[in-house]
Amino acid sequence: MGADLMVFVTVFVLALFVGFELIVKVPPTLHTPLMSGSNAISGITAVGAVVAASSNSGLAAVLGFFAVAFAMTNVVGGFLVTHRMLGMFKARGTGTPGGH
Amino acid sequence: MTPTMRLMYLIAASLFILGIKGLSHPRTAVRGNILGAVGMLLAIVTTLIGYGIVSVWVVWAGMVIGSVAGVYLALNVPMTAMPQMVALLNGFGGIASLLVAGAELWLQLKETQFEGAASPTAAFGVSTGLSGLIGGVTFTGSLVAFAKLQELKWIDNPQFVIPNRNLVVGLLALLCVTAVVGLSREPTNPLIYAVLCVLALVLGFLLTVPIGGADMPVVIALLNSYSGLAAAATGFVINNDVLVIAGSLVGSSGIILTRIMCKAMNRSFINVLFGTMGGGDTGPKAD
Repeated sequence: MGADLMVFVTVFVLALFVGFELIVKVPPTLHTPLMSGSNAISGITAVGAVVAASSNSGLAAVLGFFAVAFAMTNVVGGFLVTHRMLGMFKARGTGTPGGH
Repeated sequence: MTPTMRLMYLIAASLFILGIKGLSHPRTAVRGNILGAVGMLLAIVTTLIGYGIVSVWVVWAGMVIGSVAGVYLALNVPMTAMPQMVALLNGFGGIASLLVAGAELWLQLKETQFEGAASPTAAFGVSTGLSGLIGGVTFTGSLVAFAKLQELKWIDNPQFVIPNRNLVVGLLALLCVTAVVGLSREPTNPLIYAVLCVLALVLGFLLTVPIGGADMPVVIALLNSYSGLAAAATGFVINNDVLVIAGSLVGSSGIILTRIMCKAMNRSFINVLFGTMGGGDTGPKAD
């Protein structure tokens, strides 16, 4: 467990650094979509929720069920809303010169 | 966890990195969002198959309800109301982390009581406490942000602006830290966790309620970062690397985005970070 914990801590810290370096410049039009898209990714807690919901202990399963419902709303709603927001960017083809 | 599962989780985590990266450029934004969604699908399918829970109806019930609600909200929100929709969904992610950590604490309690399993470590207790704390603050904070941007009348009740707010917030924060320390000593104490969650929910409300609607987009960006950290803490609770990586990524990239937005909107990043933004007329500010 001790060694395992340190592996998790290591992964956590390294991922923090990746996140810090990932975004350098964001045009203002993309502020909300980026927030929305990364918000959908933080719905990853759905993975933990489905495991909790499948447990055979009554209370844990109830908590897990609500967690699944909330997390899936976060995930599905998040990616869809982002896709809708980005609708305006689809008009610009990837091949057009003079884009960003 | 089998090596195959870990490999799938690694691919999902990589897709999240590429997704966030893509979302920060106009040309690749649509693709970035899709990559993120594919990563999420992969992570969830891997979990269902890997844990052998494809046939558990409770799981499917929750997933169907959540998916339907998500589709409904996403398709019915007007384009002008997008920021508050993000806030609402963000709050849902926060409360989900709080619930998952609570469920895991309960399972561990049952296992140590009835099956004679060894008591979980202090690290488990601290991670559980942090999931509840950050998840709870994210939930109520996001709901307040939603209410403010939606211009719901009840949220601007002058009674919510309490005297000595900074003192009360400081005390609440101190109590929360005490509860987390308590969980490090008694990792499966459900009472401490329940009290901590209530304190966190109140704290999230008090932190955001004095802030004006114009500052809310920045606050939502910060709360988005928090919901990532809550998910990462939950990853430590259930020993799952994909939660740790994805949560950590959103946590740190969310901080950077908050800073970028502060600069664009001429706001002080430090003030946003410590929730002193709207605290101008609520008595002396802590420096």
